[in-house]
Amino acid sequence: MLQEESDLSLIIAQIVQKLKGSNLYSQLERQAWASLQRPEIKLESLKEDIKEFFKISGWEKKLQNAVYSELSVFPLPSHPAAPPEHLKEPLVYMRKAQGSWEKRILKSLNSMCTELSIPLARKRPVGEQKELLNKWNEMGTDEPDLSLFRPVYAPKDFLEVLINLRNPNYENGDSLSFRTHLGLIQVPLKVKDIPELKECFVELGLNIGQLGIDDSTQVPPELFENEHVRIGQKVLAEQDSAAAQQYIRQGSPTALRAELWALILNISSQPEDVLYYEQLKTNVIQHDLLVDSLIYKDVKLTASNDDYYFVFEDYLYQVLLCFSRDTSVLSHFAYNSASPPKSYIRGKLGLEEYAVFYPPNVAPLCFLYHEPSKLYQIFREMYVRFFFRLHSISSHPSGIVSLCLLFETLLQTYLPQLFYHLREIGAQPLRISFKWMVRAFSGYLATDQLLLLWDRILGYNSLEILAVLAAAVFAFRAVNLMEVTSLAAAEAVLADLSTLKVMPLLQIFLFATVT
Amino acid sequence: MSVQTIRNVFSVETGYRLSDDQIVNHFPNHYELTRKDLMVKNIKRYRKELEKEGSPLAEKDENGKYLYLDFVPVTYMLPADYNLFVEEFRKSPSSTWIMKPCGKAQGKGIFLINKLSQIKKWSRDSKTSSFVSQSNKEAYVISLYINNPLLIGGRKFDLRLYVLVSTYRPLRCYMYKLGFCRFCTVKYTPSTSELDNMFVHLTNVAIQKHGEDYNHIHGGKWTVSNLRLYLESTRGKEVTSKLFDEIHWIIVQSLKAVAPVMNNDKHCFECYGYDIIIDDKLKPWLIEVNASPSLTSSTANDRILKYNLINDTLNIAVPNGEIPDCKWNKSPPKEVLGNYEILFDEELAQGDGADRELRSRQGQSLGPRAGRSRDSGRAVLTTWK
Repeated sequence: MLQEESDLSLIIAQIVQKLKGSNLYSQLERQAWASLQRPEIKLESLKEDIKEFFKISGWEKKLQNAVYSELSVFPLPSHPAAPPEHLKEPLVYMRKAQGSWEKRILKSLNSMCTELSIPLARKRPVGEQKELLNKWNEMGTDEPDLSLFRPVYAPKDFLEVLINLRNPNYENGDSLSFRTHLGLIQVPLKVKDIPELKECFVELGLNIGQLGIDDSTQVPPELFENEHVRIGQKVLAEQDSAAAQQYIRQGSPTALRAELWALILNISSQPEDVLYYEQLKTNVIQHDLLVDSLIYKDVKLTASNDDYYFVFEDYLYQVLLCFSRDTSVLSHFAYNSASPPKSYIRGKLGLEEYAVFYPPNVAPLCFLYHEPSKLYQIFREMYVRFFFRLHSISSHPSGIVSLCLLFETLLQTYLPQLFYHLREIGAQPLRISFKWMVRAFSGYLATDQLLLLWDRILGYNSLEILAVLAAAVFAFRAVNLMEVTSLAAAEAVLADLSTLKVMPLLQIFLFATVT
Repeated sequence: MSVQTIRNVFSVETGYRLSDDQIVNHFPNHYELTRKDLMVKNIKRYRKELEKEGSPLAEKDENGKYLYLDFVPVTYMLPADYNLFVEEFRKSPSSTWIMKPCGKAQGKGIFLINKLSQIKKWSRDSKTSSFVSQSNKEAYVISLYINNPLLIGGRKFDLRLYVLVSTYRPLRCYMYKLGFCRFCTVKYTPSTSELDNMFVHLTNVAIQKHGEDYNHIHGGKWTVSNLRLYLESTRGKEVTSKLFDEIHWIIVQSLKAVAPVMNNDKHCFECYGYDIIIDDKLKPWLIEVNASPSLTSSTANDRILKYNLINDTLNIAVPNGEIPDCKWNKSPPKEVLGNYEILFDEELAQGDGADRELRSRQGQSLGPRAGRSRDSGRAVLTTWK
């Protein structure tokens, strides 16, 4: 008991520390000072009165939300003697692997620089700055020559690195038993199996209403949907983050989604945030980074050609370019196993730059938010909480390594015939599903289905559902897959996911498959 | 059959008569709806008739604008209404107007003006000395340009919806669920310097195809369900449903307007392409109706869509894949509807309107409520609205 208590006080101290530096703190202070004017605050019972005032005016709720979001984000404090690297990533071999992966990327980036004789970062001349400012909303139409730029890495390169991860302390034993893992990932991390997943995802059960299933045309709305919408509106009125997170596990109605996500991620549009965004924009205009061209090329290749997202091409540029200069994202590196390499603008102050991340998935968010600074905030928060784990090597249960392992284990345990067959024809399932998971299915599913899936990611605060969905897709197309005889054919069977309905698949796989 | 052939088939001179087992895909005088000038004329006439009858549909607000029937932008025929147009123009001199030739398609011959002198110049250039002697083919309409269209990603777009009409009296029409939006490749700007840039203003694929940013993979098109998702997420469910209700309302009203003059030949059915633009107050405007909507496809998705469209259309018009008999009652069973849903069925509406109260979402008639509201009062209309 004592240990728990001291842990708790440690957590509290940490959170208080963090919040003291935040905007909310100064706002609360201001409010407290302002409230002294109010008639109900008396000097004798100052503390209680102010607390009461906070409760009524909704500020307490905001504080609650902030604490809740810190709790969800921050990892639990570990042993006080542990070094800071340990907080990032407890397993040494993982840290090493991430370090060498980063070195590789950086080397590739640098060699591209010297090849094309373009500096990694440079300050733009004034004329160019003006031009970019004018074109800020229309960057999609600009067509600089990008043919010489190669993307720095592709998902399969990353997959190769993950496959080669080995724990030096683990001895697999020479004899092959039926417990041997036949998949690509050979790292012994703990992953959940179906009974555990069922417990974890209990709200997805068969007898609980879901959006994505129970709002289809056959079901009369009185049964579930209307009630659900009503509860959603109530949650929003209360502005309670924790309740919102619980609520969204059953899916979010389209009209409420934008606000619900903002509530869960604890983002409110303060003028300071808009200002911050403008500042980033200025940064983009003043300095030109090599990364920009890579971003530009990638967006052109992917989003511009996509049926759903081509409309938002210009928003994507704006957000991604700003993101690559956002230093506040650095705070998340405390619990990310990656670390940013440093680069310096010629002679000027050291602007920390990112390792070239695989451009994350902004496009679906454009469906929800059409104001650039809010869009940017939501995107940044989602990246910092979830999506960064898809691009770095770590042992976190939501990290890409664990997801891959979870996927393979699920498949091997519950669809052994399929798994074995695919392996025999040289089509290891992970090779196909990796690209889905690393992009959180963005660009593969229909947008409304994707948004339903991301609702659950937010609701459960974990990415494990991506692996479960990948396994469910394989289960769904199992019959066809059993008949193919090559990797190419297997890929063809799984090439088009745009007609899939996410929630029924998940429900069937978790709760209705005979194990 | 093409429009040309239809004209021949039904013309009085040839004396050609369709036999009972022949069905054609155009109504003989479809141009009442599909020519821009005639459509406007018919709608104006329909409105006046309703006003004379004292129907609540023709109610006007304090500015004299129709409350429920104002869905076509102010339009005048040129040369006939030139003076009326000038009067209107002078009332709001900073407005932009769009000139469209009556009989052409695919965006041909369209241009924008914002000064009277530009029209005068055009009439001079087309080598006629006065406005009087213009043959029918060169007639133009001039409409108030909607310069505040709803923009998504900064771009203008319009909606193309397919509506199948199997008979006009009683009116029976079906709306295809998979319409699409066509986007411009260039960002929209209402500035006068770009009035000549057709890539900004005209959404026809035939025009946008030649733009330098045209993308062959998605063709600048979105499905209507995508649009709905976007609008629901960013603007809320009620206004989105209201918008789509209004769009259905417009289509039904326009068909009702031409129903009396349409030659309701029982050998005929027709599939129209409706072009609708939404402005930034989420009000839909009917731009035009096409009799031969383009059935060529610009992308792979497009091809699938058009294939299904043709398939479903034929399933409704000619049921069971048998040799058709034009005397049948034109009431296809629900299963063959495919991706169509009943938009309005006059027979059903006049039947048991009462227990159609439940809004069944299986694509049942959106119509019966409109049917009832025609005879009942204002209160019902507002629920429809």
